[in-house]
Amino acid sequence: MSKIKTAFDHGKAFIAFLTCGDPDLATTAAAVRAAAANGADLIELGIPFSDPTAEGPVIQGANLRALQGGVTTDKIFALVEELRKDVTIPLVFMTYANVVFSYGTDRFLSRAAEVGVDGIILPDVPYEEKEEFAAPCRTHGLDFISLIAPTSEHRIAAIAREAEGFLYLVSSLGVTGTRSKITTDLGSIVQAVRENTQIPCAIGFGISTPEQAGQMAQLADGVIVGSAIVKLLAQYGAQAPEHIGAYVKSMKEAMKE
Amino acid sequence: MTNPKGRFGIHGGQYIPETLMNAVIELEEAYEHYKNDPEFNRELQELLNEYAGRPSRLYYAEKMTRDLGGAKIYLKREDLNHTGAHKINNVLGQALLAKKMGKTRLIAETGAGQHGVATATAAALLGMECVVFMGKEDTVRQALNVYRMRLLGATVVPVTTGTATLKDAVSEAMREWTSRISDTHYCLGSVMGPHPFPTIVRDFQAVISREIKEQLLAKEGRLPDAVVACVGGGSNAIGSFYHFIDDKQVRLIGCEAAGRGIDTFETAATVNTGRLGIFHGMKSYFCQDEYGQIAPVYSISAGLDYPGIGPEHAHLHDIGRAEYVPVTDDEAVDAFEYLARTEGIIPAIESAHAVAYAMKLAPTMTKDQILVITISGRGDKDCAAIARYRGEDIHE
Repeated sequence: MSKIKTAFDHGKAFIAFLTCGDPDLATTAAAVRAAAANGADLIELGIPFSDPTAEGPVIQGANLRALQGGVTTDKIFALVEELRKDVTIPLVFMTYANVVFSYGTDRFLSRAAEVGVDGIILPDVPYEEKEEFAAPCRTHGLDFISLIAPTSEHRIAAIAREAEGFLYLVSSLGVTGTRSKITTDLGSIVQAVRENTQIPCAIGFGISTPEQAGQMAQLADGVIVGSAIVKLLAQYGAQAPEHIGAYVKSMKEAMKE
Repeated sequence: MTNPKGRFGIHGGQYIPETLMNAVIELEEAYEHYKNDPEFNRELQELLNEYAGRPSRLYYAEKMTRDLGGAKIYLKREDLNHTGAHKINNVLGQALLAKKMGKTRLIAETGAGQHGVATATAAALLGMECVVFMGKEDTVRQALNVYRMRLLGATVVPVTTGTATLKDAVSEAMREWTSRISDTHYCLGSVMGPHPFPTIVRDFQAVISREIKEQLLAKEGRLPDAVVACVGGGSNAIGSFYHFIDDKQVRLIGCEAAGRGIDTFETAATVNTGRLGIFHGMKSYFCQDEYGQIAPVYSISAGLDYPGIGPEHAHLHDIGRAEYVPVTDDEAVDAFEYLARTEGIIPAIESAHAVAYAMKLAPTMTKDQILVITISGRGDKDCAAIARYRGEDIHE
């Protein structure tokens, strides 16, 4: 077991996502440090992909900006190595299967472990295909994090039983992006998860306001926020880290109530 | 050929978000049920024959044969189908299946617009709602098809992300499907995407090779020596190959769009320039950079302008059963004009890629050999673009 579990040791976990290299790697590093300093318990580092089919317009835009800025998988490994000098919270990569596969799955995971990454999320690798990645993850000591969707239904038990690190519960149908309302019956999905695993469960997709974070924290062990943070990066660029720090602090506060 | 989990050798699979998994499982179960259902097959056969105009002709191209001075050339006339291309074969099958599953809405991606037109047509016929995603770039290249889809009652959504071509239309259709599953069927247009699509689309297109075999046996009493078809995702090609795969003496040749040449970046020749990857739900060959970023591909043909190839083709390439050859824009345009002048048949620019390679191959074969070219679609939609390619100032 990796240290991902420790992210859930201090109450409800706040998990922040950002796309590496948007607008540049120096800003990414500053944003990660600002989020960690203000209470983020785990950070998902997005490795950009040319065709991110699970993302809405906000994160698609971030992927495009990052790639146009010249970021590569190797530069992101170097970024994590540098971050690990002082950032101690768990870090996981979030990217698409082809980014890992084309690098050489074993070579990618070996390098990820070496620089201090704790797990990986691949939204285009469902339960049926996961062993191609989950087995080499175990070899290298990384957690392969599985997702559960509002449509998972009878699949929840099998996915939960084999879950590692934490379970990523997708709040809504569709792609990533902020939503004014979440209508899925998340309570019963979380209950189905709990019946099958001790692994913590965090809710993501569509969460942006402290009010939503507070509601979701009542239901699960953690809250994942991506698009709202990526929007701050798009809006403030190199000045975004201080705004991200303040935002993370407000979200974390709301989750304590 | 399909292994468990929809594998063709190492290719295929189901690399899609968890949100869609139950939808593809439901589709697979429905397909497994209905493909053996006599009533479903009777209805589909009736649509194919009475509505789409099947069987399509296998035409002996006598002038072309004489002119090229080699193999006897037959043209499989998918261009004569209703809506003008092979796409209708698959669409009628999927739309009927979707209807049986209780779906009321079809979504589709389209490149050249032929699959979008076919889907809009089936939706109109079966009383279903239809939304077609089409790259912004392609809505300009194929403006007439955009109008045809709208005329048929479909909504056309221009896709501006990425390269604004076929791959982006597929991505956007997938995104739409994840947001609305319960009433919506994603009518995928080629032998690509996650299992069970490559198998379903192949089975519905296999009517092409079944007919070629029957028609040629009736006319010549023998099998062809070679079958040539164009390949983007590869649906007309797999349809043309399928019933010959076990007849090892029949050469199967897929013609990829080389664009400005396979030694340039402006190409869409996946087998010739790509490498193994995972994208759009499947493991197969893709044009990509060293970090796995999907390459912006190029071809004069909107229908072949795709950075990947269906997983069964990737497997047929691996085992050496089929050959995949590159054909440039210039060669395809020459063949487009050649077939028009020689046989009075204007092929789709996609199909012209197959004609172009056949023009090179036929003279190397003997006069007692037989070459079949699949004319996957008609070229009316391409006339304005080809005229412009030749420097004529013509607008639709």
